[in-house]
Amino acid sequence: MSEATIGRVVPRKEGREKVTGRSRYVDDITMPGMLHGATVRSPAARGRVRGIHFEGNISWEEFTVVTAKDIPGKNFIRLLINDQPCLADGLVNHPEEPVVLLAHADKHLLEEARRAVRIEIEPLPAIFTIDDSLAKKEIIWGEDNIFKSFLVEKGNVDEVWSRADFIVEGEYSTGAQEQLYIEPQGMIATANAEDGVTIRGSMQCPYYIHKALMPLMGLPKDKIRVIQTETGGGFGGKEEYPSMIAAHAALLAWKSGKPVKIIYDRAEDMAATTKRHPSRTRHRTAVRRDGKLLGMEIEFTLDGGAYETLSPVVLSRGTVHAAGPYNCANVRIRSRVVATNAPPHGAFRGFGAPQSVFALERHLDKVAQAVGMAPEELRRRNFIREGETLAVGQVVREKVDMNRLLDRALAESGYLEKRERFGRENPGSRIKKGIGLAAFLHGAGFTGSGEEYLASVAGVEATADGRVRVLAASTEMGQGTNTIFSQIAADALGVDYERIEIGQPDTAHVPDSGPTVASRTCMIVGKLVETAAIELKRKLMAQGVLKEPYDSGEFEKACREYLEKIGELKTSCKYQAPPGLHWDDAKYQGDAYGAYAWAVYVAEVSVDTVTCEIHVDDFVAVQEVGRVIHPVLAAGQIEGGVAQGIGYALYENVVWKEGRMVNGQMTNYVMPSSVDLPAIRVFFEENPYPFGPGGAKGIGELPMDGTAPAIASAIEHATGARITQIPVTPEALMETWEGALA
Amino acid sequence: MPDAAQKIVVRCTVNGAAESVSAYPMARLLDVLREELKLTGTKEGCGEGECGACSVLIDGELVNSCLVPAMQAEGADIRTIEGIASGEQLHAVQEAFLECGGAQCGICTPGMVMAAVNLLARVPEPAEEEVRAGLSGNLCRCTGYMKIFETVLHACQQVKVGA
Amino acid sequence: MRSYIPAYELRAPKDLAAALGLLASEPGVWKPFAGGTDLMVLLEAGKLEHRKFVNLRGLGELRGVEETPEFVTLGALTTYSDVQRNATMQREFSLLCRAAAETGSVATQNRGTLGGNIANASPAADSPPALLVYDAELELISAGGSRWTPYRGFHTGYKKMNMRADELIGRIRIRRGGEGRKIYFRKVGTRKAQAISKVCLAGAARVEDGKIEDIRIALGSVAPMPLRCVKTEAVLRGRRLDLALVRAAREELAREIAPIDDMRSSARYRGRVAGNLLEEFLGELDGG
Repeated sequence: MSEATIGRVVPRKEGREKVTGRSRYVDDITMPGMLHGATVRSPAARGRVRGIHFEGNISWEEFTVVTAKDIPGKNFIRLLINDQPCLADGLVNHPEEPVVLLAHADKHLLEEARRAVRIEIEPLPAIFTIDDSLAKKEIIWGEDNIFKSFLVEKGNVDEVWSRADFIVEGEYSTGAQEQLYIEPQGMIATANAEDGVTIRGSMQCPYYIHKALMPLMGLPKDKIRVIQTETGGGFGGKEEYPSMIAAHAALLAWKSGKPVKIIYDRAEDMAATTKRHPSRTRHRTAVRRDGKLLGMEIEFTLDGGAYETLSPVVLSRGTVHAAGPYNCANVRIRSRVVATNAPPHGAFRGFGAPQSVFALERHLDKVAQAVGMAPEELRRRNFIREGETLAVGQVVREKVDMNRLLDRALAESGYLEKRERFGRENPGSRIKKGIGLAAFLHGAGFTGSGEEYLASVAGVEATADGRVRVLAASTEMGQGTNTIFSQIAADALGVDYERIEIGQPDTAHVPDSGPTVASRTCMIVGKLVETAAIELKRKLMAQGVLKEPYDSGEFEKACREYLEKIGELKTSCKYQAPPGLHWDDAKYQGDAYGAYAWAVYVAEVSVDTVTCEIHVDDFVAVQEVGRVIHPVLAAGQIEGGVAQGIGYALYENVVWKEGRMVNGQMTNYVMPSSVDLPAIRVFFEENPYPFGPGGAKGIGELPMDGTAPAIASAIEHATGARITQIPVTPEALMETWEGALA
Repeated sequence: MPDAAQKIVVRCTVNGAAESVSAYPMARLLDVLREELKLTGTKEGCGEGECGACSVLIDGELVNSCLVPAMQAEGADIRTIEGIASGEQLHAVQEAFLECGGAQCGICTPGMVMAAVNLLARVPEPAEEEVRAGLSGNLCRCTGYMKIFETVLHACQQVKVGA
Repeated sequence: MRSYIPAYELRAPKDLAAALGLLASEPGVWKPFAGGTDLMVLLEAGKLEHRKFVNLRGLGELRGVEETPEFVTLGALTTYSDVQRNATMQREFSLLCRAAAETGSVATQNRGTLGGNIANASPAADSPPALLVYDAELELISAGGSRWTPYRGFHTGYKKMNMRADELIGRIRIRRGGEGRKIYFRKVGTRKAQAISKVCLAGAARVEDGKIEDIRIALGSVAPMPLRCVKTEAVLRGRRLDLALVRAAREELAREIAPIDDMRSSARYRGRVAGNLLEEFLGELDGG
């Protein structure tokens, strides 16, 4: 038997191709006769399309032109309720809405043509803020501009106010954030009546595209094939939007009869694709003199943009995480996501939780202050423990030990000493230093009964040379799917890591293992891979071709023997909920997630009184994510997530004008560079989860949740200014901080 | 649209081989490499000289190939990611990227490798601060850079051992 | 790529005389193209309106650093990397070296030129404040001859320059012998590297016995063009530093600059930070 690989560092499966530049991303692929496609978008935030004019000195007969009337099937991008058109037909609802598609073999000429299409709009009044949407200044969606709302009730929060020693209120807000994967979005489509449609491109969720194209093209499922090419980062940004680009490429290919490639340049990608939902959260908290939380009333609102898309699901996760890892007997969370005339906001690592966690953790610092207690102490007195109940009524069955995580984070960061010292030294210093923390949790997998609805399938098969190939629709986008699936399969089969192959995610060859989102790939799909692999081994044993003990060579021989004697060797496993999980969709109560990752983060900052510039000097991330499958990849996930969180907290400011992002260049939308980040120090506490592969839980989104509130807490410690909004740009800080030089 | 410019023939050396390419004078070197020479390892992340994914070496200097017009490649000695390994033998920097987890999604990696190779040529034993500064024109959204710093520091040790 | 590349002409003259001849033949039709680090960005964004350019990059006559006892003279094609590598520049003109080191990334510094940075005429350019403090002079060359002009006053408004259409910036000259001055340079950008400046202040001063004998102050990103703040200097020159003087200087500076709101920052922030940087500079003078 081979040595177990789980918990060890093995080389990234596709690493060699990546470091040599041999990996083929979508823009690296060309096809004979291929055209380039471009999208012409609405010039207004809201209005009626009165005409489309093809002007300029352009030979229009050379171009393939597609409008809504060319759609063979139904004009929507299939998602939850199908409210978003593929191409605007009559009405436009945001300023980047696609109206016309063009294709031509010469991509430079294509740009010239794109500029020469004039879309004539009769403008309608538009709304751009949560307040205007809630006030129904205009009704732009449905009856009341509300895509979705939830109500979570635990205990009776109405009864606690009279018993409270303190009642603390606060309002918090977060801005939009661009995913900013370094590979812009792109797709190549081939299409004809005989073969149907084939899509190749950069994506997280091949089967989302597959499902979206069936109604759009009016084709059955076996006539749609979706193949993931090497994907240069996703972070949620390539969850739902790729269906739009695939649809556009498919329509152009269908009409022209030629392969069509659409690659967004950075400007188009930033302007048109989804971003993290802006949010506003109001807290009202009843607390006892000893720091015990008696009741929490939370109102959580997201700006969803012009169409529903995934907003209800983002809202759902944000709602479930809004009360954090705390035990409070009385909680009410009201949440809603509203429509504005901006491009739809969508999936981004954390998926609603970073917004509600920011508000909660900021608010608990305020509560601690009101009670006159250290922020870490207030949290200690309320941390949830095994057997206690989360806001949604889920009894925690994990051996969670938040105090242990907190102790470690405080020790590794030198928190207590620094907290005292900075407080003492700051008054005489031009640079103010601060240290702050956040405690949080993040559920792995789809919320509630989501995983049961998905009913994902993953499998393994023996190849002709006796190796084992993993079959799953879970995509590699940098986070390490290929590597951890190989580790999981190798350990389940007892063979070397090198003997495992990964099947390219291609809907013609891999089962629907669900989308590559929600921190579900390792814990949910990895478990399916593990179970399928165990079944494959059992088959080999049952047929007598494999006997313990064996080495990798003997295993391969056994596979070849099986293939010769019996035929195909392929097993698969379908998701089944772990025993005892129950969820009530109507009441929004129950076991929201099979398992949670738990964490405490500490940030140390310095703030310059001259410029209000903030620098993060040190960052300590302590978490429990079950068993760590691959220490380097796992640390890389946390470090990358913290870096995005630092961007979210300090630098990444989407500047809007009438629903349009006006700083959509990498020069003007600023993500952290290599000199802007501190040492990010990552520590894992391991606590194997019995229903995850090798004991693993989810990890990907977690670091996004707690980074910004920890930094905001540190800035507040450094400056004394109340930090209730992110990003904390120097401009914003200067407006609120009295200690800034004037 | 009448074309104002005529294509020119650009003669240059790419990864040690003499090349002669026909291109519009203002065509981006990035496109010439990717489309004419089929060297797709050089990536486009932003097209505005900000992200560094298109980094190549011209006469030993690091440049963003999206900001270089084809005409300025005339006579240049260009090195791209495809010219870093010797056949199947990876460069120490590439090995280190594999070993230390410096590559995640891989799209910034070719540019990072070029920047790191260039840095080590200028500063053979950089301190971490110098690594940070040397890579500050190459943006990575996946790693938070920590594993990339480790990669470069590790690579310079390997280069030293190898030398 | 948002521009139609075949529409853009780029000519490669065989030498400087040919380049100047082309500029003179059709004044305003041809514009200079140096390192490309600004123009190629506009090209990509589909915002490069001018279509005909002269490629200066091969012209050896415009490169190199000359030193005389009186001056250091930099060819217009001197890159930011060249500036930083030059030992005399490091020793005597560290403001300019620091500005060069904070311009874009290593790759930008290898390609971007001093002449290009001046002629691009961005109010947010990084080298102008340093050049203004050094009282740099520009040599403007044309087919008809050449002339030296003070850099101060060269920029006359947003993207406007005191230069004829047939002229090129040939060389930049800065006077030596400024040793003993206290200097200050601070660029406040959108992040620590590879950033566009929100406010940038370069300063130099000679203080004797607590009295400001001479002072020069220049700022970027707070007016339609890089600004030498002569009125603020006048408030300070010949005076002893105290709180009242600092306040007076700040007030004068606030009148002298004209910051705006844009997507990178706000007028309020720029105005306040400009004052703070001045105060920080003056504080360093006071500190010994």
